[in-house]
Amino acid sequence: MKRVYVNEEWCLGCHLCEYNCAFADMGGVSMASALMGKEIHPRIHVEEGDAITFAVSCRHCTDPMCMKSCIAGAIYREDGVVKIRRERCVSCFTCVLVCPYGALTPVEGSPMQKCELCLSNTNGKPACVTGCPNHAIVYEERGESL
Amino acid sequence: MKRYVIIGNGVAAAGCIEGIRSVDTEGPITVVSAEKHGVYCRPLISYYLEGKTDLTKMAYRPADFYEKNGAEVLYGRSATSVDKDGKTVTLDDGTVLSYDALCVAAGSSPFVPPMAGLDTVPEKFSFLTLDDTLALEKALFPEARVLIVGAGLIGLKCAEGLLGRVASITVCDLADRVLSSILDNECAALMQSHLEAHGMHFLLSDSVAEFTGKTAHMKNGAEVPFDILVLAVGVRANIGLVKDIGGEVGRGILIDDRMATSIPDIYAAGDCAEGYDLSIGKTRVLAIFPNAYMQGHTAGINMAGGTEEFKKGMPMNSIGFFGLHAMTAGSYEGDLYEEKTGHSIKRLYVKDNHLKGFLLIGCEERAGIYTSLIREQTPLDGIDLELLKKHATAAAFSVETRRKKFGGVV
Repeated sequence: MKRVYVNEEWCLGCHLCEYNCAFADMGGVSMASALMGKEIHPRIHVEEGDAITFAVSCRHCTDPMCMKSCIAGAIYREDGVVKIRRERCVSCFTCVLVCPYGALTPVEGSPMQKCELCLSNTNGKPACVTGCPNHAIVYEERGESL
Repeated sequence: MKRYVIIGNGVAAAGCIEGIRSVDTEGPITVVSAEKHGVYCRPLISYYLEGKTDLTKMAYRPADFYEKNGAEVLYGRSATSVDKDGKTVTLDDGTVLSYDALCVAAGSSPFVPPMAGLDTVPEKFSFLTLDDTLALEKALFPEARVLIVGAGLIGLKCAEGLLGRVASITVCDLADRVLSSILDNECAALMQSHLEAHGMHFLLSDSVAEFTGKTAHMKNGAEVPFDILVLAVGVRANIGLVKDIGGEVGRGILIDDRMATSIPDIYAAGDCAEGYDLSIGKTRVLAIFPNAYMQGHTAGINMAGGTEEFKKGMPMNSIGFFGLHAMTAGSYEGDLYEEKTGHSIKRLYVKDNHLKGFLLIGCEERAGIYTSLIREQTPLDGIDLELLKKHATAAAFSVETRRKKFGGVV
């Protein structure tokens, strides 16, 4: 299965993936007018260390701790993609507590959200991948086939 | 064909069914369900009272879950005894079920200490099951004054669920702080002031000396008038069925890494079981949701002849009230690293080059990175501890570790 991977040596830390992610569900209008002056809640985030930056989004684990731990039965796996039924989420944050990758980022006052690989809102590639100016974020098959 | 019997119908039982079916698609499964509901998300009962979920959304699995998995559920029935030699389970209506592999996933029961005059209280409830919740809901009215005995996870979630639906809520506890099983004094004080700001009242280091009808006479002298009483002192693992036939028990039914009890072909999972806790290196009852599912799933695989181990149980909780989240995991031993602001506390405990446990209030972001360091017992060599203390971030790991974690299929 194809997943999103980040080649950290190419990541510039520009955070554009975060904006493309936030914009991905909005459709139509221009990114600037859609996001101008708004706090964004992307499902990918750039982490920064001393001399390193890299983007992190859901790994779509083959044995997802978040799914097994979700107290609301809201997280499920479909064709290898780990998804969330947001209407069932009660924002208990148990998934944040158990995800080894820090891939779930809560939004105050809103159900949990996570990367679902843009399968329902774009053609072909996740928005973080198509928008990455340095091609650091890729969408490709590595390793096992499901 | 193997015959499977599961005693209990909670999340551990659901995990067990899915575990069995991942190996054996045919052997008949019989589920003995004391509650007259399909498997539901038990921790959501407080969210139900709060109006954040409903009975439909609380179902843990779709309506056709049992049918699709070839499982028959006997609703409203409970097991009264197990014959380990004849390999049968007898139910309260006299039904005898034969098994080749049995899973005891019987959960826990509310523990109610003897309290003088409790029988004079007209409206009193436990808060552990959906039926408890529906009964409690029926008794609610806007002017109601609620007294909750127990300021632990169950008592406080109940309080949160009820707050907008009643006139007042008082919570009492013998302990000197709220959430005493998971929070230390300072963290508990932060949470308590947050709860008080939302209108809850607390009587700590105090207990009920006597009830007279709708009044609680506290040991410290206070009198608390109430309309509705919720008893949330604690729970006890349902170990009787296995204990009665000589199975090894502690506070829970003792299980090994395969979820096998000391009796052949009998497994146990969930809140009734006592399995290995890697954070203390001993067995302990870990009555938390993730454990229930994973233990049940592991038991199911082994019952069906597969090979699976679950060795990564440890205490961990994520519990939030009115937007303030507390996350805790592992054991609080070793050197303390601390980060504090006016509205958040982070405490990490490091011992022998390993992260052993943490408490986080109001700073929950990416907490799972800390949790996984405990769970995987990762040596802290090569990790930028200074950075990690400030932020739960994979940037604190070495390039090689990051490549392993993020560079391939996990």
